[in-house]
Amino acid sequence: MSMRGSGFWIGAALFVAAAYGLTLVSTNDYVFFAGYIILQFIVLATAWNILGGYAGYVNFGTNAFFGLGVYTAVFMTKAFGAPLISQILVAAAAGAVLGLGIGLLTLRMHGIFFSIATIAVSIIIETIVINWKFVGGASGVQLLRPDATPPFDSYIRMLFVVAAIMVVLAVAIARFVQDSWLGRGLRAVRDDEIAAECTGVPTLRLKLTACTLSGFLLSAMGAPSAMYLQYADPASAFNLNYSVSALAMALIGGTAHWIGPVLGALLLATTQQLLTVTISSEVNVLVLGCMLVLFVVGAPDGLIGLYRRVRNRAAERGAAK
Amino acid sequence: VFSLELLLDAVVLGLLLGCFYAAVSIGLSVSFGLLEVPHVAHPAFLVLAAYGTYFLGEYGIDPIVAGVLLAPVFFVLGLAMYRLYYETFERRGNDAGVRGIAFFFGIAFIIEVAIILMFGVDQRSVQASYIGKSIDILSLRIPMRLIVAFAVALILTLALTLYLSRTFTGRAIRAVAQDADALRLMGADPVATKQWAFGIATAVVAIAGALLIIVQPVEPTLDRSYIGRTFCVAVMAGLGSMSGTLLAGLILGVAESIVLTLYGASWAPAISFALLLGVLAVRPQGLFGR
Repeated sequence: MSMRGSGFWIGAALFVAAAYGLTLVSTNDYVFFAGYIILQFIVLATAWNILGGYAGYVNFGTNAFFGLGVYTAVFMTKAFGAPLISQILVAAAAGAVLGLGIGLLTLRMHGIFFSIATIAVSIIIETIVINWKFVGGASGVQLLRPDATPPFDSYIRMLFVVAAIMVVLAVAIARFVQDSWLGRGLRAVRDDEIAAECTGVPTLRLKLTACTLSGFLLSAMGAPSAMYLQYADPASAFNLNYSVSALAMALIGGTAHWIGPVLGALLLATTQQLLTVTISSEVNVLVLGCMLVLFVVGAPDGLIGLYRRVRNRAAERGAAK
Repeated sequence: VFSLELLLDAVVLGLLLGCFYAAVSIGLSVSFGLLEVPHVAHPAFLVLAAYGTYFLGEYGIDPIVAGVLLAPVFFVLGLAMYRLYYETFERRGNDAGVRGIAFFFGIAFIIEVAIILMFGVDQRSVQASYIGKSIDILSLRIPMRLIVAFAVALILTLALTLYLSRTFTGRAIRAVAQDADALRLMGADPVATKQWAFGIATAVVAIAGALLIIVQPVEPTLDRSYIGRTFCVAVMAGLGSMSGTLLAGLILGVAESIVLTLYGASWAPAISFALLLGVLAVRPQGLFGR
């Protein structure tokens, strides 16, 4: 492993340790309620970017994967009383299968056709869940949290650390994809799919891999959400707001590098948490939408692009002296 | 309980509804079908127009008159939208796909929230002499509002079809969709033509929005289910085909109405999306594909 690689893993270990440390010292539970949501959006934006950013396929179906994760957790709880870790694992597996399935069905389409097809899949899955009485149907289902697993004494603190671990997992996968042959192939797909296909890049297989990995992470992050809210209903589990948020955060941060979605999610989810508390949850969607439009029009490479522009200008000024 | 009479009922209602679906989708058939703009915000504009109709209705203006009054406003809005889209995405060319789609997705959400902030999340409907009544034809009881929507939808669809096939500008619009460079060689400005067409498409959405609030009460997030319906119709039509739009609308209307009758309302939202996926998988060029 290279120096840069070990640096990343040391940083990741410190990040999880800091999250765990916070659960030991903080007396205020609100920190964990808000922090969980911010970490959740980092995972969603990072996962979305694996297909959307690297390959340029705009997935509107983040909510389908997220809702699938939520309802896998609900089903596992109601049917077997399964613990959180197995809920997450099964949800992740289900998400990977759905990703592969959606990919096989839709990845031969391009541009907007793919995007609309992903919305279609999410609505169809939502409709099936609405008509599935065992998991509560349209009116939803109440869930009781079991006791927290030691060493944690409160469930919300445990969820917070779980989310922190999932951030590390998501970023590690995104980083691996970006730096490997996978990422190079996906970038070739994004820049010119026909040229890539002609030069022997296995475009469909690459896109399917990206879609599967992305689905794996999105659904895994949906699972703990059931216990976080202690409630699940189709309208909120399959809310299109998850789709626009994941997409907006990735594009605002910048899609070229894994740090982009992390920064975008950190910035926007924190702002949203503050806005939801101080003004209203409608205003936070409005801010998200406006930021998205402003960035795609004015700063097409996101925060990363802005940073690079500033750095280049500084370098030019340095050279001129 | 299934019966032939019930089925006939469903088919007749489906045909009326289908004409309405064609009317709400025909703007998209122009903007997305002919101009190839990834206009995901189309249904949001539709709901915006419905709320505009509601707003004017508070001052006692008839919904259809309100739709006609809104049309010029939406026309200008469409001109501005296309200009912004063209300058930022089409002209730069680079990676326009991802950002263009995200742009319209963002616009859709901004409209949705703006409606929530102005009108709240409650359902809204309008008053008119023909809303709430129904007429009996043979054994069928047909709501008057559906018949009014049907008639206006039919007029709107036919008018747009004639405009695109008979007038000089209309033919220019179809020409620019086929080959923008050839149009430039003829001395016409393809961008101005597309901008004009986008304006027309958006003006049509204003009238379709008035029909929407006549047919059903509206809420701010209604655009989400109309993403499925409008794109289903526009894609099934064969991108840009006006007569195809009418036929595709009828197919969707009848399919939804039959499923509604046989299995209940909770399955209805998935019909348009399932049809759309089916069309994309089996015949992506649509019924009347070029």
